[in-house]
Amino acid sequence: MQTLYLLVPLAPLIGAIIAGLFGRFIGRTWSHRITITLVFVSLVASIIIFMDVLEGNVFNGSVYTWLVTGDTRFEIGFLIDQLSATMMVVVSLVSLMVHIYTIGYMHDDPGYQRFFSYISLFTFSMMMLVMSNNFLQLFFGWEAVGLVSYLLIGFWYTRPTAIYANMKAFLVNRVGDFGFLLGIALVLMHFGSLDYATVFANAPQLADETVELIPGLPWLVISVICILLFIGAMGKSAQFPLHVWLPDSMEGPTPISALIHAATMVTAGIFMVARMSPLFELSEAALSMILIVGGITTLFMALVAVVQNDIKRVVAYSTLSQLGYMTVALGASAYSAAMFHLMTHAFFKAVLFLGAGSVIIAMHHVQNMQQMGGLKRYMPITYWTMFIAAVASAGVPGFSGFFSKDAIIEAVGFANIPGFEFAYFCVLVTVFVTALYTFRLIFMTFHGQPRMDAHTKEHLHESPWVVTLPLVVLAIPTIGAGWFIGPIVFGSYFDGAIHVLPQHDAITQLGAEFTGVFGMMIHALSTAPFWLSVAGIFTAWYLYIARTDLPEKIKRRILPVYTLLDRKYYIDEFYSWLFAGGSRALSSTLWKYGDIKIIDGFFVNGTARVVAWTAMFVRRFQTGYIYHYAFSMIVGVFILITLWLYQY
Amino acid sequence: MLLGFPLLSLVIWLPVLIGLLVFATGGDRNAPMARLIAIIGSVLGFLVAIPLYTQFDPALSTMQFVEKHVWFERFNVHYHLGVDGISMPLILLNCFTTPLVVMAGWEVIRERVSQYMGAFLVMSGIVNGVFSSLDTILFYTFWEASLIPMFLIIGIWGGPNRVYAAIKFFLYTLLGSLLMLVAFIYLYQASDGSFSILDYHHLPLPIEPQILIFLAFLLAFAVKVPMWPVHTWLPDAHVEAPTGGSVLLAAILLKMGGYGFLRFSLPIVPDASQYLAGMMIALSLIAVVYIGLVALMQVDMKKLIAYSSIAHMGFVTLGFFLFNAYGLEGAMVQMISHGFISAAMFLCVGVLYDRLHSRQIADYGGVVNKMPVFAAFFMLFAMANAGLPGTSGFVGEFMVIMGAVKVNFWYAFLAATTLIFGAAYTLWLYKRVIFGEVASPAVEGLKDISKREFAILAILAISVLWLGVYPFPLTEVMHATVNELLVHVANSKL
Repeated sequence: MQTLYLLVPLAPLIGAIIAGLFGRFIGRTWSHRITITLVFVSLVASIIIFMDVLEGNVFNGSVYTWLVTGDTRFEIGFLIDQLSATMMVVVSLVSLMVHIYTIGYMHDDPGYQRFFSYISLFTFSMMMLVMSNNFLQLFFGWEAVGLVSYLLIGFWYTRPTAIYANMKAFLVNRVGDFGFLLGIALVLMHFGSLDYATVFANAPQLADETVELIPGLPWLVISVICILLFIGAMGKSAQFPLHVWLPDSMEGPTPISALIHAATMVTAGIFMVARMSPLFELSEAALSMILIVGGITTLFMALVAVVQNDIKRVVAYSTLSQLGYMTVALGASAYSAAMFHLMTHAFFKAVLFLGAGSVIIAMHHVQNMQQMGGLKRYMPITYWTMFIAAVASAGVPGFSGFFSKDAIIEAVGFANIPGFEFAYFCVLVTVFVTALYTFRLIFMTFHGQPRMDAHTKEHLHESPWVVTLPLVVLAIPTIGAGWFIGPIVFGSYFDGAIHVLPQHDAITQLGAEFTGVFGMMIHALSTAPFWLSVAGIFTAWYLYIARTDLPEKIKRRILPVYTLLDRKYYIDEFYSWLFAGGSRALSSTLWKYGDIKIIDGFFVNGTARVVAWTAMFVRRFQTGYIYHYAFSMIVGVFILITLWLYQY
Repeated sequence: MLLGFPLLSLVIWLPVLIGLLVFATGGDRNAPMARLIAIIGSVLGFLVAIPLYTQFDPALSTMQFVEKHVWFERFNVHYHLGVDGISMPLILLNCFTTPLVVMAGWEVIRERVSQYMGAFLVMSGIVNGVFSSLDTILFYTFWEASLIPMFLIIGIWGGPNRVYAAIKFFLYTLLGSLLMLVAFIYLYQASDGSFSILDYHHLPLPIEPQILIFLAFLLAFAVKVPMWPVHTWLPDAHVEAPTGGSVLLAAILLKMGGYGFLRFSLPIVPDASQYLAGMMIALSLIAVVYIGLVALMQVDMKKLIAYSSIAHMGFVTLGFFLFNAYGLEGAMVQMISHGFISAAMFLCVGVLYDRLHSRQIADYGGVVNKMPVFAAFFMLFAMANAGLPGTSGFVGEFMVIMGAVKVNFWYAFLAATTLIFGAAYTLWLYKRVIFGEVASPAVEGLKDISKREFAILAILAISVLWLGVYPFPLTEVMHATVNELLVHVANSKL
């Protein structure tokens, strides 16, 4: 079994190395054959491990010693439990589908082999992240997925927008990592170890310890640690105010938007907080912050999605909003619900993205939904799979998104952490907004009159099987995954991997009322989220099918609000003025005044000048005329005698 | 262990002798011969240094491979050599770098080839001498001697403003080291006539002279490192130096300053080191934050990397004065890693400079379209420079930050800003130079790297990754020495 553990990350790594270094020699076909086979191996191994974990075989052990310093050993090692096994299956399944899909999507791209190398490398990094048994390796994987994301957003490196977006993504993530690394440093300082097991076992003893980072202001150590760690999660999982990189990341090819920027990498922050539940449980301040940040992200990003016309951007803002849901769940201590939503979201969002990609292929890389319409007739498979995903996303009972989202909303209602009212309001209202923007996308793209030009319309056709097969495969869990809510969220599935304090335990209270999936669906019919969702779908239908003239009128009526949403609350402009502009100005000032004027100009060259002046002055005494020397001597003797006489 | 075999002498004098042999090949008619001898000699120099690692006993904290002979009996000066866990990795780094700089100048240097190649070999031997001398006079001789080849390398093969840069480099560093000599003479008096560094380690000293000695050492070492605010010679020297000179300067010569703190300042004047630690930490953090910011707006690639170099060396001095194992070993790892990364970064700029003869960022853009293999290497090194985990650049910074948080959270906070600034200036450089559409006809005509350049960069890439993925073998040899040093520094000498 331990060989199998190694196989899961190493197989994709080998694929990445072969496709990356030797891709030019083995050609396109062999590059995708090899990488896909190896990711498939990884998937099979993950499933076997998952089955093994279900039987109760949890593993925690090290692979090799990375470093020893002082009295600390830093190890690279694996922790295989329900959390990591779930993630492994999700990651390798979505990754495999995206690998296959890429054959179709990147068919004509000159960077074909490079692309396969990157996505395999991503799979390796993500596996290392989720399988880690310590903070250090977690950080390794964390940064490695960030690197691959950087490389893939900038995959089309001649596009100015792409290379701006990838740098922005990396730097914003680095701001998060800044907090994350400091959090890890504090963990090491207070626990003397970075191993999860040691840290979690000793966490309760640290619960009441305080530290004064600012003299006179005592803080709980555990709160400081958790907030710093969560800042890392905010970067990676794109939570407000570090969310700005994710919409821009859509500059990358669509397969990676599905794999990295929707299904897997961006959920690393959610996974991390769930993994750290024994720490976060001890800090009400951190949980409260998580609730509020998650609430803001959920609602305000969903609102932006409503006004976007780029099909990928709609899905991107939807991802932000859904990540907000997961974050809110974490803040409400409903870690299992967050993980469950992570899983269902991975499936339905992957379908939405891959479906959007299929549309983009058919539209010859036009992404503006205003130029689409009526595509249903030409691309039935894409339409129906996307429709399923949209229904799941909107939370219609029976589909996966309904179960996970409903569990989160209910759990927040039961929570007692400060800020939960605000978060509850946000997640509830967002149900309506989600249904609205999702079906706006479906209606604008697939229904109504075709609005594309004649040439594009002539060439419209369904995508090849390598594109539609992943859609169909992923549509299955999009429908079915939700039905496992009983054991996964309310049952004992995550026992041992996730810890919840009794006083925060909203999920158990919720579980007490849980009477099976059918009971949940019937109960939902009498609750607000269901009707909000129906209202959202109806509104979308009314505005984009029945009365297509209305959106323009509404837009004119509420122009300031529309502009605010269209410009994404002006956050990008503000950041680029304050941080990019500010640091450039500071940099110039320090360089031109600090280094050039003061240090070099005054001290260094000044010293040289003083030496030169002194030499010029002293040179006047070295004239070679004997009477000059004699005169100097007389003056000198006179001064010396005067000093000698007056020293008493 | 090869008992009694003068391995260190061989490591010092073999490159020097081969260097002289290279000089002897004379004019540029014999340039191929000079190159051949130089590469063989430098590789040989690395090979003979390998036993220093394989035969090294990591359990010992005392000096190993010791050689001691009387040099000037009347003044009690000895030819006294030896290495411990601090100096041995630096010697290996130096011997490793020399073949790379010889290869880097292979086709590029066309005038006075024998002098150029010879200077690097002689330099290599001299630097090995600096790192292994246990007698202050011997040390001082090597220390000052190391200025001469570098002065010539900048002054002869440098850019248009080379004379200003060479003189600035020379005077700056010489001025610093003169006070060190005064300190040595004071110590000679105080120890009743000993020039042995190891004797000084156990010499009791009152606090006032300790502080004065510390400041005298500080000036010498701070200029070399270089620390803020005595860093301004470095960007000028780098900009004017030929690629090989920049590589040697960044990878090796700066480490002499760092080494000085560990061999002299901390053990000889531990109380003053503790007393002035706050100031040292402040200067180091200024280097990290201030210099990191200054690097952002540079328009000259070499200047940008030079500033980034100073910021990274700030981690080294920060680590020294935290007085814990994380900080000290992290600083050591950072020195070795910076040797690889800065060498690689300067070589990458050199590759571009050799083709377009410009260091201005604005003259480039879209290089990846023409040089994909080069772009891949440059990406790896840029990421290493930004401290990405899995590369060597992460290890040292990580350890120092872990050490800093133990002393004061805000030290770690300021140090960790490098995560943002380091990534910002490196990736912005990379974006402007490598990505985008082909920016000019000159870029259109670029050819991807040759086999020779590929070999150099590949060797460095492997080193950077190896140290990032598995730093254990490197830190393993330091533990005993570092622990001993920490105990030593904790004991007052008053």
